[in-house]
Amino acid sequence: MIETAHLDLHIGDTQILNDISLRIEPGVITGLIGPNGAGKSTLLHCLAGLTPVTGGTVRIDGQDPFSADDTARARMVALLQQSPAIVSRLRVHELVAFGRWPHHQGRPGPDDARHVDEALEAFDLTALADRPLETLSGGQRQRAFVAMTYAQDTPWILLDEPLNALDPRHARNLMARLDGLARTRGRSIVIVVHDINAAARWADRIVAMKDSRVLAQGPTQQVLTPATLLDCFDTPFDTIPHKGRTLVVAQ
Amino acid sequence: MRLWLICGVALAGLCLASLGLGAASLFDGDGGWLLVVSRIPRTAAALLAGAGLALAGVVVQQVVQNRLVEPALTGTPEAAMLGLLAVTLIAPGLAVAGKMLIAAVCALIGMAGFLALARRVPPQDPMLLPIVGLIYGGILGAMTVYVAWTADLMQFLGIWQMGEFSAVTQGRYEWLWVIAALALGLYRIADRITILGLGRTQARALGLNYGQTRMLGLVIVATLTALVLVTVGNFPFVGLVAPNLVSRWRGDNLRANLPLIAFGGAVLVLSADIIGRLVVHPFEIPAATVIAVFGAAVFLWLLHAAPRRA
Repeated sequence: MIETAHLDLHIGDTQILNDISLRIEPGVITGLIGPNGAGKSTLLHCLAGLTPVTGGTVRIDGQDPFSADDTARARMVALLQQSPAIVSRLRVHELVAFGRWPHHQGRPGPDDARHVDEALEAFDLTALADRPLETLSGGQRQRAFVAMTYAQDTPWILLDEPLNALDPRHARNLMARLDGLARTRGRSIVIVVHDINAAARWADRIVAMKDSRVLAQGPTQQVLTPATLLDCFDTPFDTIPHKGRTLVVAQ
Repeated sequence: MRLWLICGVALAGLCLASLGLGAASLFDGDGGWLLVVSRIPRTAAALLAGAGLALAGVVVQQVVQNRLVEPALTGTPEAAMLGLLAVTLIAPGLAVAGKMLIAAVCALIGMAGFLALARRVPPQDPMLLPIVGLIYGGILGAMTVYVAWTADLMQFLGIWQMGEFSAVTQGRYEWLWVIAALALGLYRIADRITILGLGRTQARALGLNYGQTRMLGLVIVATLTALVLVTVGNFPFVGLVAPNLVSRWRGDNLRANLPLIAFGGAVLVLSADIIGRLVVHPFEIPAATVIAVFGAAVFLWLLHAAPRRA
């Protein structure tokens, strides 16, 4: 479980995170939603121990990611940033292999090779393994980065808008794979999503943010109500039950 | 394996050409002496300087995530020259080791200034950063010229600015062997340097101590730049051309490609020196001039070929 207590982050007079107290359950997908500038990405970076906070605490399975050493932290939680820059000309398998770096620090063993192969297979990249990243489509590239994060083999996986620039087919496939990881491997996944219906379809729990605060948190059905959504996005929404889940439509 | 065989043969051929070429013939009388005192030092100096410049180039490129940048485009040699001028003015009797150290420290400060500027440059347009570096280097260079002019040290500046190997003899280039040691050290941290190229956030998410690794890389770059500058002078373009050609051909996995980049730089500088000795034989053109002509052409090609994701 990730627990935060009264997280606070301000830079000068600008409040970026304000009194964030969260419980994020293990073994499920948690969707982080909210309008632009609500602080979702920053919160994700704080949860991963990458952006220092000005107040409050973070505990990942009882450990403080800020005081853990770099390697221990990278074995506990993996973060994929939003649209990672790919200036480097790496092949897919080379990129994915860097996900193993926290485990071998430059001396990969057979175990690492196995994890890389498994990650390539899990994200349908085996056929693309030798391709340079810059020759891939946006969706394939995004999958390669998610595979790297997966190969890091951490109990916690944090993804910042991995659905960005993915067409519906790739978005669905990616979410289905993440869903499989949570169900069958017990991985805990926190994902920032802009598409509320993607959150509605795939997330077990939702954290809704607005103006640097947490507006609501809980099981998806309980958070995705017209009242909360109106509050969160300042836009009226209808919710429609659909195949046991909730569908969200802007009015 | 075949690749290394080809590289080895090319290198051996170039070395033989370099050893055999010069105003005096190896076969009249004192050929052995000539080899030991002049030809071998000259050839080794060109190879070491080239390898060092190429490696410095690739590290800077990974640190700033921009492959159109190299130490000579970050004000680094100009800052080192400024330091050397100051030493020449204040403590002209300082030993070479001291001069080297001051030059390296000034190079590091110059690079830190560039990185502070780089932080404010939007990354969307890769062309912007080299232009900023060019202007920054130009300002530092102008300061250097001003100091040299007022102190009547222009001929020193000329020696540093124009890299060449005609003055290399036994006892006057051995510092360059430090480059070989630094290259080995760099190879040990090749993975870390590649991860730097993934950017600060992703590097830290992988558990890399980003600040420390970057500092280590920059200290190596400053030392490489100072070593080459103090012993044989400034060579622009090598740090740009060698890493870019290798990257286009083989990608950016430095664990695999660092030796190739060093080899490329070495071959480039040695070839330039050989051409410089041939064109107006028995006189010489500085190797840096030859590289500038060739390097400028390659640079233009790189700009033209990869403006989008350079």
